[in-house]
Order: sequence, then C-alpha cells, then structure tokens
Amino acid sequence: MSTVALENVVKRFGTFTAVHQTSLEMDDGEFVTLLGPSGCGKTTNLRMIAGLLDPTEGNILINGQRINDVPIHKRNLGIVFQNYALFPHKTVAENVAFGLKYRDVSRAEMEERVRRALDLVQLPDSGAKYPKALSGGQQQRIALARAIVIEPSVLLLDEPLSALDANLREDMRIELKRIQDRIGVTTVFVTHDQSEALAMSDKIVVMSAGHVEQVGTPEEVYNAPGSEFVANFLGASNILDGTCEQADGTAVLIDVPLLGRITVPRAKAPAVRPGAGAKLVLRAEKLVLAGEDARKEDTISIPGVVETVDYQGQAVRYFVRSGETQLQAINMIDERPFAKGQPVSLHFRQRDCAALGAE
Amino acid sequence: MRGWGWQAIRAWTLLVYAFMFLPIAVVVLLSFNANQFGSFPMTGFSLQWFVELSQNDAILRAFRTSLLLGALTAAISTTLGVLASLALVRYRVPGENIISTMLIAPILVPEVVLAVALLLFLNFLSLPKSFPLLLMGHVIFTLPFVLLVVQARLVSIRRDVEEAAMSLGASPMQTFFQITLPLLMPAVLAGALFAFTISFDDITGTLFWKPGGVETVPTQIFAMLRNSISPEINALGTVMILITVGLPLLGLAIARKINQKSGA
Ligand SMILES: Nc1ncnc2c1ncn2[C@@H]1O[C@H](COP(=O)(O)OP(=O)(O)OP(=O)(O)O)[C@@H](O)[C@H]1O
Ligand SMILES: [Mg+2]
Repeated sequence: MSTVALENVVKRFGTFTAVHQTSLEMDDGEFVTLLGPSGCGKTTNLRMIAGLLDPTEGNILINGQRINDVPIHKRNLGIVFQNYALFPHKTVAENVAFGLKYRDVSRAEMEERVRRALDLVQLPDSGAKYPKALSGGQQQRIALARAIVIEPSVLLLDEPLSALDANLREDMRIELKRIQDRIGVTTVFVTHDQSEALAMSDKIVVMSAGHVEQVGTPEEVYNAPGSEFVANFLGASNILDGTCEQADGTAVLIDVPLLGRITVPRAKAPAVRPGAGAKLVLRAEKLVLAGEDARKEDTISIPGVVETVDYQGQAVRYFVRSGETQLQAINMIDERPFAKGQPVSLHFRQRDCAALGAE
Repeated sequence: MRGWGWQAIRAWTLLVYAFMFLPIAVVVLLSFNANQFGSFPMTGFSLQWFVELSQNDAILRAFRTSLLLGALTAAISTTLGVLASLALVRYRVPGENIISTMLIAPILVPEVVLAVALLLFLNFLSLPKSFPLLLMGHVIFTLPFVLLVVQARLVSIRRDVEEAAMSLGASPMQTFFQITLPLLMPAVLAGALFAFTISFDDITGTLFWKPGGVETVPTQIFAMLRNSISPEINALGTVMILITVGLPLLGLAIARKINQKSGA
C-alpha cells in the first residue's frame, strides 16, 4: 500500500526546536513506533505526517510523493487520538461512516463497510448507540474502526492506549496488533511506554529531546542499544566505564575495573574501538543474584551486598553494592527474595552484555 | 443566637424578593382587572385590556418593529459572535486580547454613554438616524453576550474532534458545518435568545438611536405613560414579561434536549 518518509525534517516553534533534523523511512505495511519520554517530539512528528503541522524544513513523502502542501483532508490518513475524538452528536454508525461520505461510495457499500469495520473491532451491535454510552475501551475501538474503514494509506496512532486502564490496555494492545496485521496498513504508533513498543512494533524509533537516538527492530534496540539513553529508556541497565583492549569482527574485549575482562559479541558493540574508552551495558534482568558461595558455569561472578529490595510481585528489583559501585538487578522470585543487608553473589553471562563507544 | 441570625437573614431575603417581584405581580394582576383605571381595587376579571391592546394600531406597529429589530439583532449578533469566537479561539489573531476586550467592552460601559457616543459618531459622519443604524446599535450592544456564551462553549469543544473530521476527508468548511456548528448549537441558540431578549427589552439606547416616527414596544410604553396610565399598559407589560421570560426558558429547554441527544 504505502511507504512514508521524512527527509531532513526540522520543526521549530518560534526559537524552540521541537524536532531536530530527522530522516526516517517506513516500509509498506510496517508497524513503526515512535518511542521516547514526554516532550521529545513524537506527537510533533506524527502531526507533521498527518498534515496538522507544517515542517519548518524538509519534506514529508508518502509513496515517494512530496506531500508538504497537500492539506490533511486530502491525504487519506486514518488517525486515532489519545482521547478517542469521537463525534459526540453522531451515533457510532454515523461516526464510522463519516469518512465514507467524502468518498465515492454507494449507500449499500457504505453500510456494508461500516458493518465489517464494527465486526473487525468486535462491536457489531453498537451502531445505534451514542459514543457516550460506550466505555473508554469501546470508544477507542470505534475510533479505530472509523479510521480504518476509509482504507487509509497510513494509520497514525497517538498514544491510543494511554487513556485506558492497565488491564484493558493489554487487551487493546493485542487487539490493535491483530487488526493491523489483518489489514496490513502502514502504521505509525506513538507511545512513551517501552513495553508497548517492544510488543507491537516491527521497527522502533527511539527519540530523545527532538533527536532520533536509534532506529531498529525491538530486539536490536533492546539487546544492542546504541546509546546510554536507549539502554536506560528500554528497561533498566547498569552502565560501567571501561577500556577496549582488543576488537575484531566477532568480539571485543573490554576491561572494566569492577568486573575484569569481558568479551562482548561484536554485533552488540558496533561502535567500540580498540584502545579507546568504552561503556559496558549490563541489563538489570541479566544480572542474577545467588547465595554467597554459589558457583555457576559459564558466568562471571562477583560478590555484593543487597542494599534495597523493591518487591514487585513475581519479580523483585534489587540494588546491590559491589565495591564502590551500586548495581541494579531485576530477578524472578525463586522461593523467597533476598533480604536487605544479605551478602550475595552476582552472576551474568558475557554474551548478554553490550557495549557503547565512549563519547 | 444562631437561630435568630438565620431568621433575620431569611426575613431579609424574603423582603428583597418581595421588593423585586411584587411590582411585576401587581402589573400582571391588574392587567386582568375590569376597573377603568389601571389601579386597585380589583373589580372583576376581564380580558378587555388585551382585546383593546390587540386593536391599538400604534402598539401593534411598535410590536412588529420590536420583533423585527429583535430577530435581526439576534441573527446578526449570533453570526458575528460565532465568527469572532472562531477567530479568537481557533486561530492565532494578532492583538487578540485587545480585540477580545473591545468586543466585550459594551457590557462594561454604561449604556447611556454608549448611546451618546454612537449618536455623536453618527453626527460626526453626518449620517441621519435610521432603522439600520438602530439595528447596528443593538448589535453592538448584544454582541458581547453572544460572544461570551459562544466562546465558553467553543473552548470546551476539543480540537481533536475537528482534526479527526478533517483527517477523514472533510474540508475545513465541511468540518465546521458537520461537527463544530452542531456541537456549538446550544450556545448559538442561547446567544440568539439573549440577543433577542436584550434587544426587545432595551429602552435607553433605543431612545437615543431610533429615527422619528419609529417606536419599539418599550419606547411606545414610555410615550403612552407620558399622557396617562392606561390599563392597556398593564396588559402590554404582561405580554412583555411572557416573551422575555418565556423565550429564554423555551430556549433552555431546547438546548437541554440537544445536549441530551448528543450526550455532550
Ligand atoms: N504548538 C506548540 N508551540 C510551542 N511548543 C510546542 C508546540 N507543540 C509542541 N511544543 C513543544 O515541542 C516539544 C515536543 O512536543 P510533542 O508534543 O511532540 O512531545 P511528545 O513527545 O508528543 O510528548 P508527550 O509524550 O508528552 O505527548 C515539547 O517541548 C512541547 O512543549
Ligand atoms: Mg504527544
């Protein structure tokens, strides 16, 4: 169906630059997530694609065509807003049919397509209701139905799940992904929730302060973060300074004072150069606590003392002091969590580490 | 101690209400009086003053003038009010604060001052008084009320609803008529009724602005009072009360209906 591209796009509000020079490409049918903390420019990017904001510089392309000067109502986009934005004075069926009125669609086909769209979002009998009579989750499904019934070239979603409560959000996430897979529409999804991004995306664009930090598949951005920011934004990481002693095509050897020499797969340390400083990234989930004298095959082990225990149900987050350094570990609970002040041993596998070049 | 204080407050409140509403009640009551003079005592129930009213050419003419003036004022004020609100709320207009204040100002300026100012302005332009100018005066005078009501409502209509409509293919104009205006309707209706009622009631400005020979209901009553207190005036007063109280109530009921349907 459609590809989307941003070419050297910049957006300024007065003297403030909300989006610094950004280039992105989204393939046909791809589910792309813009992920980043509040205020990093996700919505601004989405609104520029939508035609609700004009880029200060650069081009927006759909299917290779520059569309900067095409007004929003001629772009054929489906947009789902955070607060649903249903028309309160129209019934659900009228809401869903709204976009079809501006297309060359016969009355019978209109009804058929509205019916199919309502089926797809699993609310087949809601046509005669007014939006107010629906729950938040149902309203968001209708908003989705309204956006996809016009068969948009691109589907744009700005934090569509964040107004829903936690359980519903998970259901809707699965639902949304199922529908997107089914109709195969190129989708740009905005969220600040890393688990949503990891679960749904083909490609994640991690943003920070108006810059693109990294673009990659969920595995890539999670396992081989390209910057300290990415390593910390997608889950918690321990970041330790060291020096790169050796590097070749398959592995790099990094000397970290606390841990000794660590061998990291080259794929997870693309930017590290021999002789230069490096930062070792050790994910909190990959650092496992065990009893003081436990030995494990194939792992690096260091001693430590538990300082903080943050109980989270099936998992627990520990802050452990080892020498001068505080390390973070998130472990599944096996029997009982370790107690505060308890001496433990910390284990991790070298191949679970990643490394960044020093700035 | 406390009980006594509350009693006093309650009594005082009652007195205030009595002072406000008793004269109105008296007018209504006397309009049904069979007595030749428009005053007490009541000598019997009669609709004769209403009948005479309906046969009095001067009053009927004044009535038609007032209705026309009120309706035109409402239509123009509401249209301008909606357009101005859209500009002020939805678009960045340079100097929007100043414009906003200027548009609201006629509420704050004493009516007499406004009336004289407009008259002097017309003199300065050497324009004679005329019905269109009287209408203009009423529009200036009622616009702030419309503006306040419509702006308040417009602020509460979420921008993303309009954006959703545009993303689905509606042009800005279609979006306005399909989405914004229907959602604005209760306020538009309320504004129009306000404008009509204020125009229908107005005497100060009208006395200054009206061309010779044209009378509205209030100026007609005023003129009639100069000669004698005819019981017809009581009947006319009753009709006025009915219109100026009844219309807004009706409007309120309709607005509530619209709201209920849309669930906004
Ligand atoms: N119309 C505007 N005028 C001025 N500054 C703006 C405007 N819109 C956005 N900004 C600024 O641009 C920056 C990026 O905003 P944006 O809405 O894109 O952030 P976001 O990543 O979507 O954040 P959030 O997760 O909070 O929605 C913010 O600092 C914001 O204050
Ligand atoms: Mg946002």
